[in-house]
Amino acid sequence: MTDATFTGESPKRHGSLTASDARTKRRNASEKRFRIYGLAAIGAGLFFLVVLLSAIISNGIGAFQQTFIQVPVYLDPATLDKNGNRDPADLAKVSTFGYTPLIQTGLYQLVRDAGIETDYEDAGDMKALISASAAAKVRDWTLAHPDRIGDTVEFEILASSRVDGYLKGRVTRESIAEDRNIDAGHLDLTDALRESGALHKSFNAEFIFGSDASESRAEQAGLGVSMLGSFFMMLVVLFLALPIGVAASIYLEEFASQNKFTDFIEVNISNLAAVPSIVFGILGLAAFIQFAHLPQSAPIVGGLVLTLMTLPTIIISTRASLKAVPPSIRDAALGVGASKMQAVFHHVLPLAMPGILTGTIIGLAQALGETAPLLLIGMVGYIATNYPDGLVSGFMSPNSAMPAQIYEWAKRADPAYYERAWGGIIILLVFLLIMNVIAIVLRRKFERRW
Amino acid sequence: MQSVKLAASALAIAAVSASAAAARDNVQIAGSSTVLPYASIVAEAFGENFDFPTPVVESGGSSAGLKRFCEGVGENTIDIANASRAIREKEIAACADAGVTDIIQVRIGYDGIVFASQKTGPEFTAFEPADLYNALAEQVLVDGEMKPNPYNTWAEFNSELPDVEIAAFIPGTKHGTREVFEEKVLLQGCEDTGAMQAMIDGGMSEDDAEGACMAVRTDGKSVDIDGDYTETLARIDSNANGVGVFGLAFYENNTDKLKVATMSGVQPTTETIAEGEYPVSRPLFFYIKKAHIGVIPGLKEFAEFFVSDEIAGPSGPLANYGLVSDPELAATQAQVSEEETMGSNM
Repeated sequence: MTDATFTGESPKRHGSLTASDARTKRRNASEKRFRIYGLAAIGAGLFFLVVLLSAIISNGIGAFQQTFIQVPVYLDPATLDKNGNRDPADLAKVSTFGYTPLIQTGLYQLVRDAGIETDYEDAGDMKALISASAAAKVRDWTLAHPDRIGDTVEFEILASSRVDGYLKGRVTRESIAEDRNIDAGHLDLTDALRESGALHKSFNAEFIFGSDASESRAEQAGLGVSMLGSFFMMLVVLFLALPIGVAASIYLEEFASQNKFTDFIEVNISNLAAVPSIVFGILGLAAFIQFAHLPQSAPIVGGLVLTLMTLPTIIISTRASLKAVPPSIRDAALGVGASKMQAVFHHVLPLAMPGILTGTIIGLAQALGETAPLLLIGMVGYIATNYPDGLVSGFMSPNSAMPAQIYEWAKRADPAYYERAWGGIIILLVFLLIMNVIAIVLRRKFERRW
Repeated sequence: MQSVKLAASALAIAAVSASAAAARDNVQIAGSSTVLPYASIVAEAFGENFDFPTPVVESGGSSAGLKRFCEGVGENTIDIANASRAIREKEIAACADAGVTDIIQVRIGYDGIVFASQKTGPEFTAFEPADLYNALAEQVLVDGEMKPNPYNTWAEFNSELPDVEIAAFIPGTKHGTREVFEEKVLLQGCEDTGAMQAMIDGGMSEDDAEGACMAVRTDGKSVDIDGDYTETLARIDSNANGVGVFGLAFYENNTDKLKVATMSGVQPTTETIAEGEYPVSRPLFFYIKKAHIGVIPGLKEFAEFFVSDEIAGPSGPLANYGLVSDPELAATQAQVSEEETMGSNM
């Protein structure tokens, strides 16, 4: 009704309606500038993302392929079974060092039979081409098939990391000029073997599912065991952090009275979320290993440490999603006679669940990529070598974790490990991507808006 | 929800109580990052050839490893400490305080320390200990007088060296390699330049003079690297004038990026180190807790396997990787099989 009291004098207009005045122009220009800044920021972000991803992929994709050589190996009874009775105990006495010459002879014979010209006169000179892991492979197979001793069996064995690097373009004739482990002659031989079809590069599942290898066998190393280590740690985190975190936040949000004490706890939880993760590592070392006497390098300790780290994340996200449930739901439940606990567990919690799960998955993804606390509880080193043989051993036996394994590879001397570190990053990123996608899907599908 | 929580806590309790019952069945090793590659090679071969699980090898440096070794006896302490230097009296005392009294010292071989720079960088091809002393020491002898190190470029004290800014990357104090570098290079250089004599003439005791010889300048020309050789390599990669300290085995794996300098005219190779011609080398050790033998399965077998001829001999995998085989390996083998502790032969 205020319109009626309007006195009728219209405001004075300077200039025309179609041409904007200086002030409007300035405002429009500043908006345009702001949009350009925004676009530039997004563009820079995208640019760095592309650079990062292309660097990771171009450096790491090689790790998924490996060079293999098909070598016919004569399983010589004279060295493998001196007594001739095929007794498994006797056969096991021949160590991998007994098998190495057989493989070298096999390769030497292969080179001879293919008519490849070479200056190498001795089977031992073939050493530089073959991975040291070959002997263990042949030995394991022979122990499982003792009846085949005396036959010539074709094995697909790994080529050494230098030969593999040559096929991938990492090793060149110039770069090995000073190298004691391989000569240019070996690279000539590699080329010839490749032409004859005995040597080829193919997909290497061992990189994804295998175990860690020593410094001298980069070609054999895989991420599988440390993946299991990460898996068991995530189980511990999930089964401890989720119930504790949800219970704590339900109590704080729905039951606790507002006083100085609960305020103090709230402030502490928010602060804990910002504590550097290495602090939790020191805490874990002191509390779980030195005080509680849990084993070193064990995924259970890693899981407990990461639980401490993840708890604040889960509590904060759970409280946020509990808060997002409208009070009318609680009031309605209480109004029809539900107890406070029934109202929370029958009505509020189910509605908050998508948010809680999203927070949990984000927390787990964060814990999955964490390396720093694991340094202090002995999970970095030459550790991820034995597959756990059961649930208890999965939690208790020494193991590493994916990010810790990647860090360890990046430290090693052989440049072939550098490539594997990048390859490991690809696998880790795929896991993180999957977890984040699950979180987004859950949120989209189940979240209700009021 | 409640049943989930119950199941979770039951699982956690079961897991924790299982730890108290289940004995550790693998050997645990920690220590020197120089010994780590060798220990991992042996551990791998051990796992392949024996029915014991593959031992676990962690790194962290000699001092850190020996500290953990001396925490006490029991399943949640390590069985073997790797070290790139001999154990110190102070550490033996700390061990004894914690109840670790019977220690078996095993020498596995020798390792060379080399000085390398960027392959395409300035011509750092020949060093004398005196050059490194002049470049890196805190106090050097200038015109017959001890002065705080005034040199900025290598050519200032040796015209045969490149005229570039001094930038050296040396191992940090928690590494055993540092001790060897100080004793075999800095101290030697200090004596060669006459600085040591000048200090003693100036009224210093011999011990103080040695300490002063090994003090490294702190004005940023010399950088302590607390990480591994890969970190040193990264620094050299990004600094064309940098000179770094590496283990021989590490250099041999990265000959495409690094060029090595001779020391006192000798090229570092396993042969020159074995013959004692190349001056900067040191023995590598590991230390076993005797109290753990018989408790931790496979511990003694692992130690014996480590020093066997097939592994640590001149044509074994360790020598292939860069270890200089110990000429007295047979004595070490006997010592390990008899479980001779340090007290009994001192």
